[in-house]
This record gives sequence, C-alpha cells and structure tokens, in this order.
Amino acid sequence: MSTDSTDPTITFDAVTKRFGAHVVLDELSFTVDPGEFVTLIGPSGSGKTTILRLLMTLEKVDGGTISIDGEYLSHMERGGKLVPADEKHLSRVRRRIGMVFQQFNLFPNMSVLRNITEAPTRVLGLSKGEAEARAVDLLDMVGLSDKASAHPTQLSGGQQQRVAIARALAMRPDVLLLDEVTSALDPELVAGVLSVLKEIASTTDITMLCVTHEMQFARDVSDRVMMFDSGRVIEDAVPEKLFTSPEHDRTKEFLSAVLNRA
Amino acid sequence: MFDNFGFFFPRILEGLPQTVYATLGGIALTIVLALVAGLAMLSRLRVVRFVARVYVEAFRGTSEVVQLFWIYLVVPILVGFQVVPLAAGIAVLGLNHGAYGAEIVRGAVQSVPKAQVEGAVALNFTPAQRLRRVVLPQAFVEMLPPFNNLFIQLLKSTALLFFINVPEMTRQVEVLRPNFGESLATMYGIILVLYLLLAIVITGVMRWLERAAARRLGRRPPSRTSALAKVSAGGVG
Ligand SMILES: Nc1ncnc2c1ncn2[C@@H]1O[C@H](COP(=O)(O)OP(=O)(O)OP(=O)(O)O)[C@@H](O)[C@H]1O
Ligand SMILES: [Mg+2]
Repeated sequence: MSTDSTDPTITFDAVTKRFGAHVVLDELSFTVDPGEFVTLIGPSGSGKTTILRLLMTLEKVDGGTISIDGEYLSHMERGGKLVPADEKHLSRVRRRIGMVFQQFNLFPNMSVLRNITEAPTRVLGLSKGEAEARAVDLLDMVGLSDKASAHPTQLSGGQQQRVAIARALAMRPDVLLLDEVTSALDPELVAGVLSVLKEIASTTDITMLCVTHEMQFARDVSDRVMMFDSGRVIEDAVPEKLFTSPEHDRTKEFLSAVLNRA
Repeated sequence: MFDNFGFFFPRILEGLPQTVYATLGGIALTIVLALVAGLAMLSRLRVVRFVARVYVEAFRGTSEVVQLFWIYLVVPILVGFQVVPLAAGIAVLGLNHGAYGAEIVRGAVQSVPKAQVEGAVALNFTPAQRLRRVVLPQAFVEMLPPFNNLFIQLLKSTALLFFINVPEMTRQVEVLRPNFGESLATMYGIILVLYLLLAIVITGVMRWLERAAARRLGRRPPSRTSALAKVSAGGVG
C-alpha cells in the first residue's frame, strides 16, 4: 500500500491548531516514515493528544496540512484548490488509520466479538465468517481467546484495552495511533498491554505513533522519540540519545520529573 | 353505593377495545414522531432543527382538546371529508406525545458519551452507522423510563376522545350517566380501576424492556429495592 519507500507515511506541514484563543499547535511540522514507531513525549497539555486526534480526523486543523502517503487528510483538492475535506474524502483516508484510546471506548452494546467484527463487516464489507476468523486470530494474539462472548463490562481494564487493540487491528490499518493506552490501567495490568504492543511493533509493518509516559517501553520499542512543548517539537532523536543525553534543558527537566514521579 | 356492578361492568368493558386501540395507535405514532423529531433537533442543518422545533412547540403549547376539535371538526371543512373519529384521536394523541417524546430522544442521544462516537469514527463508520449501531442502542435504555411515563399519560389522554365520539371507556360512562345518576360511584370506580390496570400493564412491559436493555449493555438491571437499600444504609455503591 505504501508508495515509494522514501516517502513519509505521515506528514504534518506547518499545522496550527487553536482552541479559542489558545494556540495548541503552532505551525508544527514533522514526518513519520513507513513502518516507523515514533513516541511522543511532553508535558501535560502540550498537545500530544491533539496531534493524534487531528490524524484520526476527530479535530480539524486551523492552518497547514496533514497528509498520509502524500494524500491530504485534512483537505482535498477541488478545482486546483485546497478545500476542507468532506465526509466522503475523510472516510477514504480514515480507512488507513486506527486508534486506541486511553479509555478504551469499547461499545457496551456489543459483545467482545461483535466489538471486533462490527466494523470489518459493516465498513469493509467482510462476510461474517471472514470477520469472525479475523477476530478469533486477534483475540488469540492479545491472549483473550476465552473472552469472545463476554461483555466488555465483565473484563478488567487491561483486558478491555487489549480488546480495543484487537478491534483497531481488525481494520488492518497502515497507521496505528496509541494515546496513553496504559494510563487508565491499574499498575499490575500495564505490562500485559505493553507486551501486546511490543509484539505488534515487532511483527507487523504498521506505522505507529504513540503517546506514553512509560519511558522504559518507549525506549525499548521506539525508532524515534519526539519531545513536545508549547506546540512545537523541541527535540527529535533516537531513544538512546534522547533518554541518555538530551540536548535541551526542557527535555532534561521533563525526563527527570517523569522519572522521579515513577 | 357500589351497586349493580354486574350491570355496568360489561357495558363499560365494551369501550375497552377502543381505548386499547387508541393507546396502541397513539404509542406507535408517538415513537415514530419522537424519533424523527428528536433526531431532527440534533441535525447539523438549521432548517431541519427549526422545523422540528416548530412542531414540538406547537403541539406542546396548545390544548389537546382543541387539537381534537380541529382535526375532527375544522379539518373536514377545509379538506372536504370526515376523518374516522378513532383515526383522528390517534393522530392527535401521537402528534402530542410525539412532541414530548422528541425531547426525550434528544436528551437520551446527547447523554451517550462523545467518546463512543469517536470510537466509531476511528473505525470509519459512516455517520448513519454511528447513530444506528452505536448511539441509538445506548440511548435506548435511557429513553425507557421517561417513555413509560409518557405512554401512561397517553393512555389517560385517551379519555379525551369521548369529546369526538370515539366509543372508548369514558364515552361508555358518559352515555350511561344521564339515566343512572345514582350509580356514579360504581361507574367511575370501574373505569378508574380499568385505567389503573392498563397503566400497570404498560409499566410492566416497559420495565421488562428496561431490564433487557440494561442487560444488553452489561449493566445490572435497575432494581428499586437495592437503590432504596443503598440510600437507607447511607452508603455509596
Ligand atoms: N476540545 C477542547 N477544547 C478546548 N481546549 C482543548 C480541547 N482539547 C484540548 N484542549 C487544550 O489543548 C491543549 C492540549 O491538549 P492535549 O489533550 O492535546 O494535551 P496532551 O499533551 O495530550 O496532555 P496530557 O498529557 O495531559 O494528555 C490543552 O491545553 C487542552 O486544555
Ligand atoms: Mg493527552
């Protein structure tokens, strides 16, 4: 699906996002290459969630453009001009992106299995059998084969989050967005979810953009770590570099604050 | 005082089918109109919201009895043919209670967490699928208790249909009344109890639906005793 392998999968080009007068992203530019695992870190309120929500088309940009494999996400071309994307265009580009939320957002009106099969059948047009086979494989991968017919509310937070990961993967996205997926979990449940993510990172070529406060995890799996503050990338490096010898004082302060808290 | 029960009861009972038809027809129309108008009030299009708002305010804000006379007496003059009384009655009951129901639907849809819609967007559901597969099934359980109230109100409003000569229970009593003035307590006692029994049936059905819907959402079925026990024990859940 990816075109020329040198083209970035995700491109933010001078993206500005405001909430009222509050500028959250200030002409932000960065790219993510195909198959790359990039972690975003930064203080609370720095705009990490906003970046993922913009990619998932849950928010609209106020300036600049976002593209996936060279195709505009926030905009579309019409008569040689760039106009804001309509629902049809959004639906086409969204097809390539999946997201896992901090609070799981499983659908309480469906069983675990239905949570995973509903979109593949209704959106991708898979048959019930195909979708269920896919779901069974994914439940196996996240270690929840025995929970297919359970109800989301009967699962622990960690189990729910693993179902949410399976649900996102069932759509076979090219890009997977992970927003603090372990922050809402009890400490003893975090490891199970992280190990599932590690496996996905190492066995698939899905491009992953991950926001996390789990620094050890970030260090283990990331190809690259970006440090955010005040709506800009202030440092962008491979994990060994960023965690052991950060260049910016702001990054040092942030890392020591996070490590002391832990 | 409650004499001649055996004489009055079968005569009043003759009105029961019409009361039931009016109630069921009214409920069916109420559900359709409440859904359409309630969703229309949440539309992105201003005109659609406006039309729904006009409907709701017009029917909530005017007298049900006057609406009945309009449909029964005035509309025939305008369009040139008489409406069957029961049909006219069902139309007014449905239009009226649909206006109240629209607010229930709107509130219930808005009570579904935004995160649920976002989860559906992330899976690339179309707007219609988000509504149909995610939002409405979750909103449904919130609608049931207020709809229970509304349906009971509708049942009681069917008594107004005697104004337009629908032969329902209240009409039966009105017909008997001039000749049996000494038995008012018996006659009104009988319909009072009949309305109460019908209301209990409605509540029974609605609470059954509520429990089924709660189970589907993986919630524990609502139970009044446990809620009361919690309050009296002064504890939290
Ligand atoms: N819908 C909104 N309306 C108004 N302000 C918002 C909205 N969403 C986010 N913000 C603001 O935008 C800023 C960035 O929020 P964002 O959630 O992206 O931060 P974050 O980096 O993910 O923080 P955290 O680490 O706490 O999750 C914050 O100041 C937040 O208050
Ligand atoms: Mg966040």
